[in-house]
Amino acid sequence: MKIIVPVKQVPEVAEVKVNPDTGTLIREGVPSILNPFDELAVEAAIQLKESHGGEVTIITMGPPQAKDALYKALAMGGDKAVHMTDRAFAGADTWATAYTLAKQIEKMEFDLIICGKQAIDGDTAQVGPEIAEVLGIPQICYARHIEMSEDGKSITVHRETDEGYEVVKARLPVLITATKGLNEPRLPNIMGIMKAKKKPLEEVDAESLGVPEDEIGLKGSPTQVRKVFPPQKKAGGIKIEAEDPKEVAKKLVEFLAEKGAI
Amino acid sequence: MGLIYKKDVCTGCMLCPKVCNFGAIEKDGDKVKFDLDKCVLCGSCEEVCPVDAIEIERQVIDKEHLAQYKDVWVWCETHEGRLRSVARELVTKSRELADKLNEQVVAVLLGHNVEGLAESLVHQGADKVLVVDKEILAEYTTDAYTIAMTTLIAPRKPSIVLFGATSNGRDLAPRVAARMALGLTADCTGLDIDEEGQLVQTRPAFGGNIMAEILCPYTRPQMATVRPNVFKPSELDTSRDGDIEKVDVEIRPNQVRTKVLEKVSEVVEGMKSVEEADVVVCSGRGIKDPANLELPQKLADVLDAAVGGSRPIVDLGWLPPTQQVGQSGRTICPKLYFALGISGAIQHTAGMSTSDIIVAINKDPEAPIFEIADFGIVGDIFDILPHIIEEVKRLKAER
Repeated sequence: MKIIVPVKQVPEVAEVKVNPDTGTLIREGVPSILNPFDELAVEAAIQLKESHGGEVTIITMGPPQAKDALYKALAMGGDKAVHMTDRAFAGADTWATAYTLAKQIEKMEFDLIICGKQAIDGDTAQVGPEIAEVLGIPQICYARHIEMSEDGKSITVHRETDEGYEVVKARLPVLITATKGLNEPRLPNIMGIMKAKKKPLEEVDAESLGVPEDEIGLKGSPTQVRKVFPPQKKAGGIKIEAEDPKEVAKKLVEFLAEKGAI
Repeated sequence: MGLIYKKDVCTGCMLCPKVCNFGAIEKDGDKVKFDLDKCVLCGSCEEVCPVDAIEIERQVIDKEHLAQYKDVWVWCETHEGRLRSVARELVTKSRELADKLNEQVVAVLLGHNVEGLAESLVHQGADKVLVVDKEILAEYTTDAYTIAMTTLIAPRKPSIVLFGATSNGRDLAPRVAARMALGLTADCTGLDIDEEGQLVQTRPAFGGNIMAEILCPYTRPQMATVRPNVFKPSELDTSRDGDIEKVDVEIRPNQVRTKVLEKVSEVVEGMKSVEEADVVVCSGRGIKDPANLELPQKLADVLDAAVGGSRPIVDLGWLPPTQQVGQSGRTICPKLYFALGISGAIQHTAGMSTSDIIVAINKDPEAPIFEIADFGIVGDIFDILPHIIEEVKRLKAER
């Protein structure tokens, strides 16, 4: 079975701070990591390979340093990688990103594509379904559990919903997105890390992709970021030390009654 | 290459490195240099540059083509024969947007035996309801719903299409957008119309550390998914009139490539939904032990409130995932929110900061939750909560 896992390198969002003077993000010193939801996807792919045989290909679109995310996935157990890197790809929104990745995936053989549910920097959850649409294959989003049929021709997925989950079945090829609870991604071991850099890694630029320039990057992006700004802080409210809990409780309930909240 | 820097025009004022959110601009002698691997072409520098030394190459806008597109559409999701509340919220918001544009609000209702819900969408503010009522739409599937939406959209040319950012909305919208090669903005928390009549979509990014305003200047319809509980639904106006149009869309069974075998609800019997309650009592790490959750439950009982939890206590299994408030849980905006022993990390506040009134109790006077609290109490929840419960009871008895 051939499995493709599209991944993204992201900043460790929990460590991103905002400069209070300028309101801009401080990205200096913030480590870049393999998107945590993509780790779930890589782990799921490796587990399926271990139980059903096959090959796992990791693919990313990103600047030269995004290679580190590919090495991490290869160290976990991916077999080979594709790095789509070219300045012409820069500025891509979710549609242009999905289109660019799908145009490359189209040239490859696959039975299954597994993506992370969303990247933690953008949180859109759109690239997976958009890749599936460009490829013309069905999708099952937010997988918590995956089961391959014995003949390896269909897959059953527990798909997270607003109320719980639903059990969804589809014939391959299909695109699945992975969410929390699907598995516990393994940590790469020393052997894995050493082997990773020797595994096949193909670089693809805009020219070798062979797609017109106005369909990729910023030019191929229907959305445009007009501006970015820090979230509005709420004006300061009341803050009191609870020296006398009873008195404080009374003040609070008076406050809430006055505001009509209770 | 999207960014053109006219070095000879640049005066070296150094405004642009200050506004760059991506660390892509650096001082280079008395001018600047750009790291295009870091640049996402957001245009902040272009806007701030006083001498127009920075230009971002963009696509050409065909105004005549865009002008053919009119009306604000809302995909109105149903669940077990009822409208999801986000559908009502979005019809209300669309009314406001459509009035600014002088266009109509069109509600789209897909499903089986759902026609009866159409009238209440008119009462909510829709001018027209498009109903596709078919057995094949009884259960949500990506394929059937995508065919229905794209078949409705293509000939009717709406200018805006909105979806609730639910599990199904976030599954459907990108599929529809991709089929029609359109832009899509995820998980918006703000929508407005600018002076040129474009939809301005505001959304958080980087875990809520920053907000972005996104436009869709070149293509129509402009599409967005919108977080539930951000906009308040209006009161129903039963005197409103509107058109209800039944449309038949052909969807063949073999076009639907996934099959739903079973639906499992994890909603705990008797536990109020944090998304629907007017008052939410939410506990964090400071609650220390699952047995202690009895105390917030008591407060919730006297206030007719829902009980919620921050991510750490849901991860520990002390409350079911349906009760989790925050970025990776539910986004809510109740009338009154209690944060008990919650420090207020951005991942939590991203899910509740729009609540009308926020009450925070925390031992740590430096806890960030106090920055957004309307009423903050520095102290021990176990000392204070019993008194609050007593005071609320007393107030209710007096009434």
